[in-house]
Amino acid sequence: MLKLNDDQRMLQDTVRLFMAEKGAISKQLRHWRDIGCKDGFGHSLWEEMGKLGLTGILVPEAAGGSALGQVEANVVLEEIGRNLTPSPFLTTAVAAVRALEGSAHAEKWLPGIAEGKTVAALAIDEGPHHDPSKITMTATRSGNGFVLDGDKQFVVQGASADLLLVAAATDDGPALFAVAPDASGLDIENVTLADSSKAARLSFDKVEVDADAQVGEGDAPLKRALAAGRAGVASELVGVAAGAFEMTNAYLRERKQFGQPIGSFQALQHRAAHLYGEIEIARAATLKAAQLLDEGSERAAMMVHVAKAKAGQVARLAVQEAVQMHGGIGMTDEHDIGFYMKRQAVIDQLFGGPDFHARALAQRS
Amino acid sequence: MTELDDFRAQTRAWLEANCPPEMRKPMKSEKDICWGGRDFTFQSDAQREWLEVMGERGWTVPDWPSEYGGGGLSAEEAKILKQEMKALGCRVPLTSFGISMLGPALLAFGSEEQKQRFLPPIARGEIRWCQGYSEPGAGSDLAGLSTKAEDRGDHYLVNGQKVWTSYADEADWIFCLVRTSTESKHGGISFLLFDMASEGVSTKPIKLISGYSPFCETFFDDVKVPKDQLVHEENKGWTVAKYLLGHEREMISGMGLGGGKGSSLLSEALGEVDDPLLATDLARFDVDALAFQAMSEAFIDQLKAGEAHPALPSMMKYAGTELNKRRHELVMALGGSDALEWESDRSKEGARARDWLRTKANSIEGGTSEIQLGIVAKHILQLPGA
Repeated sequence: MLKLNDDQRMLQDTVRLFMAEKGAISKQLRHWRDIGCKDGFGHSLWEEMGKLGLTGILVPEAAGGSALGQVEANVVLEEIGRNLTPSPFLTTAVAAVRALEGSAHAEKWLPGIAEGKTVAALAIDEGPHHDPSKITMTATRSGNGFVLDGDKQFVVQGASADLLLVAAATDDGPALFAVAPDASGLDIENVTLADSSKAARLSFDKVEVDADAQVGEGDAPLKRALAAGRAGVASELVGVAAGAFEMTNAYLRERKQFGQPIGSFQALQHRAAHLYGEIEIARAATLKAAQLLDEGSERAAMMVHVAKAKAGQVARLAVQEAVQMHGGIGMTDEHDIGFYMKRQAVIDQLFGGPDFHARALAQRS
Repeated sequence: MTELDDFRAQTRAWLEANCPPEMRKPMKSEKDICWGGRDFTFQSDAQREWLEVMGERGWTVPDWPSEYGGGGLSAEEAKILKQEMKALGCRVPLTSFGISMLGPALLAFGSEEQKQRFLPPIARGEIRWCQGYSEPGAGSDLAGLSTKAEDRGDHYLVNGQKVWTSYADEADWIFCLVRTSTESKHGGISFLLFDMASEGVSTKPIKLISGYSPFCETFFDDVKVPKDQLVHEENKGWTVAKYLLGHEREMISGMGLGGGKGSSLLSEALGEVDDPLLATDLARFDVDALAFQAMSEAFIDQLKAGEAHPALPSMMKYAGTELNKRRHELVMALGGSDALEWESDRSKEGARARDWLRTKANSIEGGTSEIQLGIVAKHILQLPGA
């Protein structure tokens, strides 16, 4: 069935209430921005999410988690998107957990993630556009370990992380390495992005790591992280779109011009109705991708591309319509709607934009 | 084995024993569709035989109650039957507006006598129905219809004209919206059933831009309709009409899935594309098509669970038909001047161009895209004054 089951709906109800209350824009995003927080998110919220069992949603029960799937992780991410709640959930609790699972590193890191204490960051992109097939950063064999050389960017919360998972090219192809943030030769620049979130630029100058720094074998951990991250961020985009749409729909009813609510004008009604349908479609595509991932289906990879491309395209439309329909007030920093536009722009690029994924879909054969 | 596994095994065995081999080959064209009806010309004995055995079992309408000629299957069983038919490549034995539109409305609003009288012949493919909705002066504003039905004691006397009546020239009976009162617009409409062979009924095919004539003008000149052929109550036909439109829109929204070939990517179906701009359009189309396919699956699951918003078919109809138009625009763009041939064996008598033109009606028939957006705005988004 392509709909949430009863347990998943209960989770959704719980998380929806929690995020609307604790993760609200005024309490999190705007607050941390206005006080100039170096992390861009609150560690106390991360711990609360841990106590609620959210940060360990994908973590095996033996490591303190609840061993649920992508569908459940996506339920959380849609609510995070709806409230623009800054947290390490996507990269740490979803992508990093999938990368680490079954590896020798799992025991060390997963319990801390399940408690909402550990923050992990994923270093994949090297240029302004996501393309993990073209990783140039090298991991060269040296003695008993590797030497890492190269630059990374768009490393979400990279300057706040306890653990960096770094994609690098070895003689045997791309692999993922666990690197400590204080490693010698590693320079971390904390960068503030348009949505006031933080993403680091990392520079590796002959950084030496042990042989066992490699996570798992071959490119499988990287692929797992990418699939989970892409499917997850698609749900966050659906949440961003839905949040912007709900705020806009309310505004269409209350804002009056020419003596009537602007939502009574057909020019706006049809655009709102079109957008409603697009969001429903993006949500269905994203749920389908998550279900296929959980089933281990061979069609999952294809559907993840569809989900990220569709959700990206729909969220872009949603925030553009939202700001336009809000008129002048939508251009002010005082109003929250502008935050949706900025967040959408950032996570649109995260794990590849709509064009990257449409191309990937077209090129698979 | 669970009961459903048993049912699956029995269903497969029955289909293997009863579905003629010819009916397990894909349809070549629209001509292979079996519409049934008094005057239907079967394409082959196999087509007739397939309709008869399926009709007898009620599997032309698997989820209708068996007392009305249906299969009496549960939603799960009906789904299994569909899956097994697909697995064996069995053709749909019967397609009709009786099945997709009138039947559900009669099940919901018909009297017991009406259900027993009209539903079994639909299930067996004996009576073919057409839909008398639009009029020259009532298109998007359907409730503005003026075809008049006067109360003459034991019967109604119907006068007026319908337009865009699909296959009226081949249909046996019509379900028809008529005005029984002018005191209220929506509250003066009634839903009548009558025989197209009745005195005073005439039809005239309308030739479309595709060269095909799937639609007619239908004229009523003093047509007598017995009163027991009124569905629901007098002046409450709009309720029935809207319910039926929901089913019509569900049916039309399926076009977005590319006529059963929904699982294949258009970029794969069309082969190598050299032009990078066209390839980009195809890639973006495929994203939208696969996303819509997921939405269709979600929509059906919501319907079965009784969780779908009553206006959701309008969203599906809008999205599905707009997608189908885009699909055919791409097919034409890729075909270039080859796709423009209108009369040649090479082009199968201009199939590509004619199909492309036919899709332009998708976003008009069954309520235009703009009407659907208005319904979504009013009933789902609850915007003011919509």
